[in-house]
Amino acid sequence: MTKNKPLDSLGRREFLKTAVAAAAAAGAARLGRSAAAFAAGDATGRLVDVNVNLGRWPLRRVRFDDTAGLASMLKERGVAQAWAGSFECLLHKDMAGANARLASECRREGQGILLPFGSVNPKFPDWVEDLRRCADVHRMPGLRLYPNYHGYRLDDPEFARLLGLAAGRGLIVEIALIMEDERMMHPLLRVQPTDVAPLAGVLKKTPGVRIVLVNALRALRDKALADIVNAGDVSVEISMLDEINGVGNLLSHLPPDRVLFGSYAPLFYFESAALKLRESPLTEAQSRALRFENAHRLLPDAG
Amino acid sequence: MEYEIWDNHTHLVLTLGETPEACLKESLKFADRLGISRVCLFSGNWKGRYDLTPDEMRASNDMVWRAVKAYPDRAFGYAHLNPKHTLACLDEMNRCIRDGPMVGVKLIAAEHCNRPTLDPIVELAMKLKAPVLQHTWLKITGNLTDESTPMELAELAARHPGATFICGHAGGDWEQGIRAVRPHPNIYADLCGGDPAAGFTEMAVRELGPERVLYGSDVNARSYASQLGKVLGADISESHRRLVLAGNIKRLLKPILDAKGIKI
Repeated sequence: MTKNKPLDSLGRREFLKTAVAAAAAAGAARLGRSAAAFAAGDATGRLVDVNVNLGRWPLRRVRFDDTAGLASMLKERGVAQAWAGSFECLLHKDMAGANARLASECRREGQGILLPFGSVNPKFPDWVEDLRRCADVHRMPGLRLYPNYHGYRLDDPEFARLLGLAAGRGLIVEIALIMEDERMMHPLLRVQPTDVAPLAGVLKKTPGVRIVLVNALRALRDKALADIVNAGDVSVEISMLDEINGVGNLLSHLPPDRVLFGSYAPLFYFESAALKLRESPLTEAQSRALRFENAHRLLPDAG
Repeated sequence: MEYEIWDNHTHLVLTLGETPEACLKESLKFADRLGISRVCLFSGNWKGRYDLTPDEMRASNDMVWRAVKAYPDRAFGYAHLNPKHTLACLDEMNRCIRDGPMVGVKLIAAEHCNRPTLDPIVELAMKLKAPVLQHTWLKITGNLTDESTPMELAELAARHPGATFICGHAGGDWEQGIRAVRPHPNIYADLCGGDPAAGFTEMAVRELGPERVLYGSDVNARSYASQLGKVLGADISESHRRLVLAGNIKRLLKPILDAKGIKI
């Protein structure tokens, strides 16, 4: 097996620190530890995962769909910080309640690494109050939006208003384009992917907003992806990137500071994202940027 | 921790180089980074089509032949067939498997696999000790015209209990696909090709037994990495993980490798 380049001195210190912490947390999460170590390789260390989710997926139970278990698993794999949405926010109409539970769960059981990213549905009455509570009451660093589940397009004027309010409060806005492969959806829960094309026009009118597209890279590729990323402060994460040398190819045509690590855990196996960092030959600078530096740019106290 | 890893489902990625040999060489560089020591290799669609003519079958298999001949210690070739041309398929199996270096049959989305036209192909595959890897998917959005479902593969397997089948992608909608093939011990489930959805591997191992589950990537429709994560991230025992990663495909291929005098 080809061995990857050694970490630089800072990365090595962080790796060792994380390894010690992981060892201390032994038994916290039931998993094939040796398999996790294999998957992590030199991708462990100061990871910021910008796409994890709390709560239960409506259609399947998965391992780590309890907050404490998820936090333990992530820490064991070297994640220093994870941006957490809530599956409850997909379908619950009491968004304020779902956001409050998300914040409480992150605080009580997040082991210091989970940051809540609540949601707002701009088609709901008085949604501005939900946004205010996310920022002022729960002190969330950002929002995660689900336009296709919430029934609006990105050229909806209320979406533009939401972006403006988020920018004014310094909130990062994550936009989930899909949640699962549309070929395999439950017949009673079929949801079309969010069309991201109108976003570029909205961003021109909303200076300063920081966007992260999550679950975006199944269909959004090549020029269409580059156009969106270059339309503003738009980043993407790699959970649904799936092709040979995917990360390497992505970095060859996107600005290097716009690609983030995201796993979509626990609905996806965390190891699938981690191994992408092993499959692609990355320079030390690329690896550090993707693992945590780019997240730091968006959220300076990240990790 | 090191694992022995064989990838049971890869395509020759023609965008990676000028020649088949160069394409496989480049693909194996990425496999190397993940410790994947062997790959089963076949062509994919042909210029965007699955409904290959006999000439196109031969041309696509010739490319795989060239690639595996260049890397005999890394890649096992499967003959890609279109069962709509049964006689041409039999000729191609004799050319590529009986008389050539290939060790398996790959069927994609050219014909529903429960059709009688498959029977002579399966009978010859049994005679040659070659496994039959059938693409399957079950899409709520609607299958392709000639795309097989895991239920159709179950029908074929029931007609040929002595043959060895691999259910490509475990039916895509794996929670249905695993159930569809569960009653048929001669069908192995191939984990590749879909999202790395948590629980997939655990359900396959639980419902089929660890001896009937195979790691595969479906490169280049997917990556080696994302699909390997399905196995390395699964909540299964280490002994079962080793079966899924390599033990099962080695056991499955052993009869034809022995017959061909190929040492592993």
